[in-house]
Amino acid sequence: MSDTSEDWPLYEVFLRGKRGLNHVHVGSLHAADAHMALHHARDVYTRRNEGVSIWVVASKDITASSPDEKDPFFAPSGDKVYRHPTFYAIPDNVPHM
Amino acid sequence: MDTYDAYQAITDVTEDQRWAFGAGFDDPLSGIDTTIPDGVSADDLAAYCEMLGDDALLMSHRLQQWVGHAPELEEEAALANIALDLLGQARFLLARAGTVDGSGRTEDDYAFLRGPAQFRHVRLVEIVDNDFGLAMARLLVFSTWRLAVLDRLRVSRDPVLAAIADKGVKEMTYHRDYAAQWVIRLGDGTEFSHQRVQAGLDHVAPFVGELFTDSDVETRLAAAGVGVRPSETHAEFDAALDAVLSAATLGCPAWSASGGATRTAGHRDTLTRLLAELQSVARAHPGATW
Repeated sequence: MSDTSEDWPLYEVFLRGKRGLNHVHVGSLHAADAHMALHHARDVYTRRNEGVSIWVVASKDITASSPDEKDPFFAPSGDKVYRHPTFYAIPDNVPHM
Repeated sequence: MDTYDAYQAITDVTEDQRWAFGAGFDDPLSGIDTTIPDGVSADDLAAYCEMLGDDALLMSHRLQQWVGHAPELEEEAALANIALDLLGQARFLLARAGTVDGSGRTEDDYAFLRGPAQFRHVRLVEIVDNDFGLAMARLLVFSTWRLAVLDRLRVSRDPVLAAIADKGVKEMTYHRDYAAQWVIRLGDGTEFSHQRVQAGLDHVAPFVGELFTDSDVETRLAAAGVGVRPSETHAEFDAALDAVLSAATLGCPAWSASGGATRTAGHRDTLTRLLAELQSVARAHPGATW
């Protein structure tokens, strides 16, 4: 068996729920290829009637920001209060702001 | 609900808000007329529900036995899901049998308190599958056959059977797809995986003829527009299997011929052991609930 057993690569799973507007990352799983990953995602992450759409993407294909870069990446936006639309009066009939 | 209307989607408050994605479970039998259709023998209908229910119950149990032994965690979840789908079908069918025959027996009475001689399943679901190639070969054969039967049963004159079949068709379609994917992967994989799944197919071949043998009950109910003669599904089964096996570069085994006795249970070793496990808790603790 040792010549045939090799760890399957990791895939990240994104689900869009019935009430959801966009796909949300829900976890990861192992699969031999993307098609199998989609099946696995259905079997592992939609068992409680959660999803109406699934995306899977190989974890190795995700480029992520590094925790080391947290300050140069994100701190500069922390003091720019004028970027929030809090200086406007929002009409009552505009929902979900 | 129109899921493409973004605002409606997020302002939908009719579902239970405790669940992040909404629960929204449905009872597939709610509002279904449960009276027995005119001109149909209650005994036949009950026996038919038992046949279809027992196939699902024992196949489910064989799949459950993979939990803890599956080659990958994700496959284990998949096999457990399929087992639960089948268990759900068995519950509806056995409960229907107990209502129709007037005995008032519950689904548990059927599952846990019958002896080996009283089961009415096909032998395919009973055999031991301690090899993943064999498990996938059996699942492919079983789900292809049952999908074809349930698909025809959707127009049954018995509204309960029609509703169960309608729900089951969606489930069996996924089961067949799952098994077919694996049979193709293994058959068209390495020399070793090819051998194992081929051996699995050869192992189940002797049990295939029974699937297409019409029993008297099935023949009578088919004439009454309530049941399905399984022999009618043979061509569809062959076509589906041919497509999968050729994609998998596997040889189609010589399936056993249909005809002869069908669904004859009894005190066979494999069945006795299977039921001993399936019924052990219920028999050790009669009437226990949680």
